[in-house]
Amino acid sequence: MNTVGIPRSLFYYYYKDIWTDFFDSLKIKYIISPVTNKEIMDKGLKVSNSEMCLSLKNYLGHVDYLKDKCDYILVPRISNFKNNNQTCTNFWVVYDIVKNLFDVNLLHYNIDLEKGQTLKKGLYKIGKTLNKKHSQIKKAYKYAITREKKRLKKNHQISQNKLKVKKTKILIVGHPYNIYDELIGKDIIKYLIKNKIEIIYSDKFNPKITNHLSKEISKDLYFKYSKDNLGAIAYCQDHINGIIFISSFPCAPDSLANELAMRKINIPYLNLVIDDNSSFTGLETRLESFLDMLGGKLND
Amino acid sequence: MTKIAFPQMGDYYIPATYLLSHIYPNDQVIKAPKITSKTIELGTKYSPEFVCTPFKYTLGTMIECLEKGAQILIQMGGGCRYGYYAELQEQTLKDLGYNCKVINLVTEGETNIKRINKLLKQINPKYSKLKTIYYGFITMKMIKYMDTIDNYIRENIGFEQIEGSFESLKEEMLIEFSHIKNYHHLYKTYQKYLKKFHKLKTHKPDNRLKIGIIGELYTIMEPFSNYYLEKSLAKHHIEIKRFTNVHYLLIEKPKEYKKYKKYAKEYFHYCLGADASDNIARCKYLCENDYDGIIHIKSSFCTPEIGAMPIISKIANQYQKPILFFSFDSATSKTGIETRLEAFYDMLEMRKEK
Repeated sequence: MNTVGIPRSLFYYYYKDIWTDFFDSLKIKYIISPVTNKEIMDKGLKVSNSEMCLSLKNYLGHVDYLKDKCDYILVPRISNFKNNNQTCTNFWVVYDIVKNLFDVNLLHYNIDLEKGQTLKKGLYKIGKTLNKKHSQIKKAYKYAITREKKRLKKNHQISQNKLKVKKTKILIVGHPYNIYDELIGKDIIKYLIKNKIEIIYSDKFNPKITNHLSKEISKDLYFKYSKDNLGAIAYCQDHINGIIFISSFPCAPDSLANELAMRKINIPYLNLVIDDNSSFTGLETRLESFLDMLGGKLND
Repeated sequence: MTKIAFPQMGDYYIPATYLLSHIYPNDQVIKAPKITSKTIELGTKYSPEFVCTPFKYTLGTMIECLEKGAQILIQMGGGCRYGYYAELQEQTLKDLGYNCKVINLVTEGETNIKRINKLLKQINPKYSKLKTIYYGFITMKMIKYMDTIDNYIRENIGFEQIEGSFESLKEEMLIEFSHIKNYHHLYKTYQKYLKKFHKLKTHKPDNRLKIGIIGELYTIMEPFSNYYLEKSLAKHHIEIKRFTNVHYLLIEKPKEYKKYKKYAKEYFHYCLGADASDNIARCKYLCENDYDGIIHIKSSFCTPEIGAMPIISKIANQYQKPILFFSFDSATSKTGIETRLEAFYDMLEMRKEK
């Protein structure tokens, strides 16, 4: 029986439900690395290159944790989604870095819509590598995709409803692998919840609407995930009180796209860049003063 | 009359000025001032904190060009976030109060003829397509000849007998290149100088050191941004091999990439973005041939190269080749680089003597 290891970082936050549903349906055993802790992060810092972005270091830490606990590690590569929808080059290199740094079996697929490499082809390939029948894979893929579609619809609806709430609303702009990561963004979210802020996440909107809207802020942008973020800003600009940008140091697309957004929007914002030395105390002070400022504005 | 300017890179401002002044004979092309520490200071001041260094360099040059009266700025793009520079730079310059337009010729590392035509029309609607194709052809050839001669210089400049002979001849050649009349004239001039270069006396010992330079394209090609690395290597009497030049990027890259992929297939499976995969293959090439050392240079925060670095250092480890990594920033000190270079050079000498 083969066990597949899934590192809880980067791609996980985009594809976790599809993967788990797909593997569940095929009755493949899988383990997911635990939420990021100090140990995993330290391992990542050790194996990685000092200039890599924090999220990539974190990912390598998760791979390092999984390396002797499973038969395969799932490391996809995502290059583009056609029509000027590139991803960060770190998403292109992860597979090759992992392959060169670790001596493990890798399950991999490539999403490169310009060359016709789709998620469907990728998952079929994985199913075949794990010796499953074509009919089984077909069923599992269908199951995973329909469930994902429903979930996305629900998420989009939730975000829409949140915009109507009469509380202080803050849009969190960042990549899901940073926002939801236990060590990178979770503390910020927890702090905001504690202060009774309504949090809206930039990645939980319908990309069909937001990607188009992102043109209002940036015409030439060709990074898919930054388009999601900037589009969300354009979409809810009039309904929110403030924006918090969360990015990991030194994120390549964010360094340009977020800077451009900050120059163009006219609502209060806070830019938080997290690196491996950031302490939450420092962040807390900044968050506190930001919330104070928002409160002051509301009382006017 | 519009005033056009572009951030310069190495000596390539000569073909670029040549091309633009022939496409737009009625407009004025402003030569960007040479990059100095003041340029970098200006650029760094108005750039985002962790953007890669070429952004800061080009932004600084753009501000200096605008001070000289430029109205339209031309920016090239690349396969990484370089293609996205233009929009943010335009916004930054507008926020600073300059009235200008930034035109980005290449995005996502792809050259689209239709798009370029549209952009060229924006500069001056009355430009002639036929002329553009003709002078574009001459410019491409000029770049090719310049690169061929540069390659020859790099191999020999460390061993020149009369100090400065190569550099002065090159300057002479560049001046003549900027006054070319037609293709035939260009070819004649090139042949003349090729002969002259071959006639320059050199003294090449058999046990000379050979070093290959790989890395990110802007830092490699703009000598100020790598603190004149090639010059200091030449002073140590080292033969230099460098792969990246503009001709490679514009013409050879798609073909060479396939070769590189086949050659280094055990190290990378997918394209790593920008020049990263090329550099991995080049590293293997340098290791397998009789080069004594490798120097990898990049600007800090260059994402594709950072991704390639663990693989490059793994290759160098396997072949037991010395490799030196440089990451240049606007705050890098020249002394620090020289100390590291000297240590590297001493180490190579000692290895050679063994």
